[in-house]
Amino acid sequence: MSSPRLGAAPKPASADDEGFKRELVQLIPHLRAFARTLTGDPTAADDLAQDAMMKAWDARASYQMGTNMKAWTFMILRNQFYSEKRRSWRQSQLDQEAAERTLVAVDDPEAPVALDELRQALKTLPEEQREALILVGAGGFAYEEAAEICGCAVGTVKSRVSRARRALQATLEKGGYGRDGKAAGDAMRTILGEADRLAGARS
Amino acid sequence: MIDSSDSSRRKGADKAGEAGLEEARLRQQAIGVKLRHMFDEVVNEPVPDEFLDILKRADAKSSGGGA
Repeated sequence: MSSPRLGAAPKPASADDEGFKRELVQLIPHLRAFARTLTGDPTAADDLAQDAMMKAWDARASYQMGTNMKAWTFMILRNQFYSEKRRSWRQSQLDQEAAERTLVAVDDPEAPVALDELRQALKTLPEEQREALILVGAGGFAYEEAAEICGCAVGTVKSRVSRARRALQATLEKGGYGRDGKAAGDAMRTILGEADRLAGARS
Repeated sequence: MIDSSDSSRRKGADKAGEAGLEEARLRQQAIGVKLRHMFDEVVNEPVPDEFLDILKRADAKSSGGGA
């Protein structure tokens, strides 16, 4: 090839690679957090986050600098998660049954109540509601960005988030998964108290 | 308590409704704070070395003219 207009190397210059890498490294903590909410398991989450990081690195030529790299990498991670899940569908049925059994069995009285209850309540949500709520409510994404990440309409994300919020509150108030010895609504009360404390600490 | 409809009762119900809405809003806010806290906890964890090692290896491979 001798086209003068394409004089640059077929691959992006390594200066671009450096910038890309720097941004990618900064996103690792966020990818880990998102992966943790999808898998619910720290080890599986880190595997997933590493895979997504490498996918992003390999696809760096298709990323346009200056666009939203966080949303782009989250989309990669999410796609990776669901495609792996589809692939291991048969095993995952067994795994899921085991996970559900463990989930019910997890009842460490020493665990910080509110966080534990919130995690469990999150797990009772349908997957698409959970991810929408996490992206918007914790990841700091706008509805439009979350819609792009999930590959659905903005209105769909909005309704998923609002359904998730309502369901979460109802679950926390009813203590739907039964923590014995605790009055119903305890989780909600603890969360209200801790939220005040956290809000105070932040400002 | 189903069919009573005198106006003072209804006013009371409206007020209770408002208070209920406010209460629900507070609860949603609290859940939001907690949710962010849960997420940020992981964000603030130190990144395992593995991540950077993998990236470094990949970088070396691509700039070393391999693959």
